[in-house]
Amino acid sequence: MKMLHMAGLFWVMFAPSWSATKNSCQQCHSSLGGDLATPALLFKKDIHSQHGFGCSDCHGGDPEADDPETAMSRARGFRGKIARTAVPKLCARCHSDATFMHKYAPQQRVDQYAQYQTSVHGKRIAAGDQAAATCVDCHGIHNILQVKDTLSPVHPLRLPATCAHCHADKARMAKYNIPTDQFEEYRKSVHWEALEKRGDLSAPSCASCHGNHGATPPGVNSVAAVCGTCHVLMESLYEKSPHQAAFVRMKLAGCVVCHGNHAVFQPSVKMLQGDSSVCAQCHDATSGGGIAATRMAASLNSLTAAIKVSSEILGRATRDGMEVSEPQARLQDAQELLIKARVAVHAFDLAAVQAPVNEGLKITTETYQAGLSALKERDRRRLGLGISLITIVMTIAGLWLAIRRLEKPSGTRG
Amino acid sequence: MNLLTAIKRIRSWLDERLGLEDIKSFLVHKTVPRHSATLWYYFGGITLFLFVIQVLTGILLLLYYRPTVSEAYESVQFIMTRVQFGWLVRSIHSWSANLMIFTAFVHMFSVVFLRSFRRPREVVWLSGIAMLGLALGFGFSGYLLPWNTISYFATKVGTDMAASMPGIGYYVARFLRGGDDVGGATLTRFFGFHVAVLPGFMTVLLLVHLVLVQKFGISSPPKIEQKYQRRGEPIPAMKFFPNFFLRELMAWYATLGVLGSLAAIFPWELGTKADPFAPAPAGIRPEWYFLAPFYTLKLLPSHVWWGIEGELIGLAGFALLAFFWAALPFWAINRQGVERSRLVTGVGVALLAYLASFSALGYWR
Amino acid sequence: MATQRRTILNWLLGTGFIASIISFLYPAFKFMNPPTVPEAAVNEVSAGRVADLEPNSGKIIRFGSKPVLLIRLSQTEWRAFSAVCTHLNCTVQYQPTGRQIWCACHNGLYNLNGQVVSGPPPRPLEEYAVRLRGDEVIIARRA
Repeated sequence: MKMLHMAGLFWVMFAPSWSATKNSCQQCHSSLGGDLATPALLFKKDIHSQHGFGCSDCHGGDPEADDPETAMSRARGFRGKIARTAVPKLCARCHSDATFMHKYAPQQRVDQYAQYQTSVHGKRIAAGDQAAATCVDCHGIHNILQVKDTLSPVHPLRLPATCAHCHADKARMAKYNIPTDQFEEYRKSVHWEALEKRGDLSAPSCASCHGNHGATPPGVNSVAAVCGTCHVLMESLYEKSPHQAAFVRMKLAGCVVCHGNHAVFQPSVKMLQGDSSVCAQCHDATSGGGIAATRMAASLNSLTAAIKVSSEILGRATRDGMEVSEPQARLQDAQELLIKARVAVHAFDLAAVQAPVNEGLKITTETYQAGLSALKERDRRRLGLGISLITIVMTIAGLWLAIRRLEKPSGTRG
Repeated sequence: MNLLTAIKRIRSWLDERLGLEDIKSFLVHKTVPRHSATLWYYFGGITLFLFVIQVLTGILLLLYYRPTVSEAYESVQFIMTRVQFGWLVRSIHSWSANLMIFTAFVHMFSVVFLRSFRRPREVVWLSGIAMLGLALGFGFSGYLLPWNTISYFATKVGTDMAASMPGIGYYVARFLRGGDDVGGATLTRFFGFHVAVLPGFMTVLLLVHLVLVQKFGISSPPKIEQKYQRRGEPIPAMKFFPNFFLRELMAWYATLGVLGSLAAIFPWELGTKADPFAPAPAGIRPEWYFLAPFYTLKLLPSHVWWGIEGELIGLAGFALLAFFWAALPFWAINRQGVERSRLVTGVGVALLAYLASFSALGYWR
Repeated sequence: MATQRRTILNWLLGTGFIASIISFLYPAFKFMNPPTVPEAAVNEVSAGRVADLEPNSGKIIRFGSKPVLLIRLSQTEWRAFSAVCTHLNCTVQYQPTGRQIWCACHNGLYNLNGQVVSGPPPRPLEEYAVRLRGDEVIIARRA
């Protein structure tokens, strides 16, 4: 047994990696120090390394040869440092080969390169622009990790920072005339809050709307469809609303007009009227649209207020010891109708908003009444307590008087 | 035959078979000393009264309560919301439990400071201490029955403390819990303890206590005894029946008034159903009557002397304290039979101060 | 005079005493009288009659304080799930056309086993047991 253990130990110590054969690139470069050693040291954590790939699979050369001249000779296919413009095609050599990828990750897509070529990055690289993003700029070079690995630069939580690495850099973006405030704006948004603070990995980041490999800003007419991949009801209502045709005519990008693109903020009824009204951007206060907006706001506010009032009275009842869990559950239904009404705003039709609001108001009337009767019941209990306390006090008084009568020192009887 | 004659005949029939005349003559002659400390004599009776209320409201609650994990909380909710005056019966039961333990402590401390434990009343004292222990047991077992978050975790903490006793702790905890964890088995056991076992023992001890109190009469504090002895006069007394009894009735009625008000104005809360898989809520603490030992244990460092766990020292301390407190009548007098008055008062005040301050600290920290 | 006082005293004591006894006994007797719904609805809830729900449709039932989605798949097959979406707690609904469960808030989709098919929900829906008692549909928590 001991011999077996020794043999195993020997094997583990001296085999450079489990599946690969000798890798002189790794061995030599790790001992060189500085920049020449970094790739070799990083590569140990790379996903490709874990699947048995080595340096030569991308860089060419002969990993069996110990002598650098031979190992890194053109004759043995050594490519040296890969030119930036050549990177996508190099990666695609494997990653677009469905049969090849099937051996390692059958579910993984193989159209990344095709998508990339349609993207702005891909087009600029094809045109010879060295500065445009290639595979390695986002995925890393020698320490590529799986997307689901939290340390990967393209993990959902880290992706926005990766895009911002270039897109928030004024100097870099100067020649393309692209704004560089997207990341800053995005960090003000509810989507970023969901992603970063709540850890909701389904929340959208740059790639969710712009695509990842085929990264392009969505066309003006397709913004609503992009938002609609999650916000289905809002999109379908919007598409049927008068705004859709109007915005297409005015070459305005659907949802963005009111909600912004990167700094998508928490919507509220303040968007309908008041100083931060988005309707007022186009609709005069006295116009049909302006009046409708004001009425919608009033309708929503009425239900919000009614829910608040019910909630307060039910809270009072609960604090006073009454059992009102049934009306409180009912109030939840009213809350859901309020949400429905807010969604209905996207139909830009007053009646569509007023319908759920009125239904909700029926419920709040009910719950308010329940709260009132709970308080009445509480008052009845206190009345009952009062009556019984009176009888108790009467009895105590009677007892006290009886004691006094019993123990009067001079009996003035009669 | 008219009504009066009929009553007379029933009375004599009962008297022949129950010895009513003897009881009547005893009651007629029973007296209660009347002096500055007479006020404290009411607290024993109030505690008894509250216990009777517990039994009555407890029986009513038994009509609807179900002692299983899936139904306990719901049945209490049912009582609070659907049963007529269920809220009242349940709240009275919970408030009365707390008041009873409070008055029991008042009664006990008044006995200490008035020296009512002196010979020949040592057994009365011992039975009283045992009943205090039972009352705390009632409180601990009853607390679990609504099966809400607080009760579940309070029981968990309590049984964990029992488990930490060296040697026997493991067996004691398993006996209490009905297993290795607090669960349905614990609920069944605690229900059994609360409605059958503890009431049984309590009844026996109560009878002993009350019979002995009747036998020896009510004691007066030594200073009062000495004062009247010097004068050569008997201690002024009032007849138990009707004078003291009427006063006691007043006290009991006042207690009812307080109970009713508490139940109606501060109804006992339902809480949320216990979820054994949820983490314990922050700031969990036991009911007030366990706060002093709870806070003491919290303060003790985890290791004291040769690596012995602090908690163990604490529990040992409590056990010793309980033992010596129970043995009070025996060390309260010296070999010569002279009372160690200052010692007793000192220890009594110290214990009271400890309980009061640590309970307050446990509540506010 | 004293006789009058005595009578008042007796009246006070007597009436007070009897009235107080009544005020204690009245709630006690009312308590003992079983309420109209004699049992606590514990782990199950009645969801109406079999005939109330058409095949391939769903409705929301209140279970305690939480909503439950009851789905009648066919004449004989029933399913029930917690109707609280595991993403951000919106109430889900049954979609007869796709025979799946959909959340309108962010387009989450669950299959008829409660498992997430697409969209943001991170966890499946808790399943409840459905059984028929005569022509009544009963939803119960799963053991």
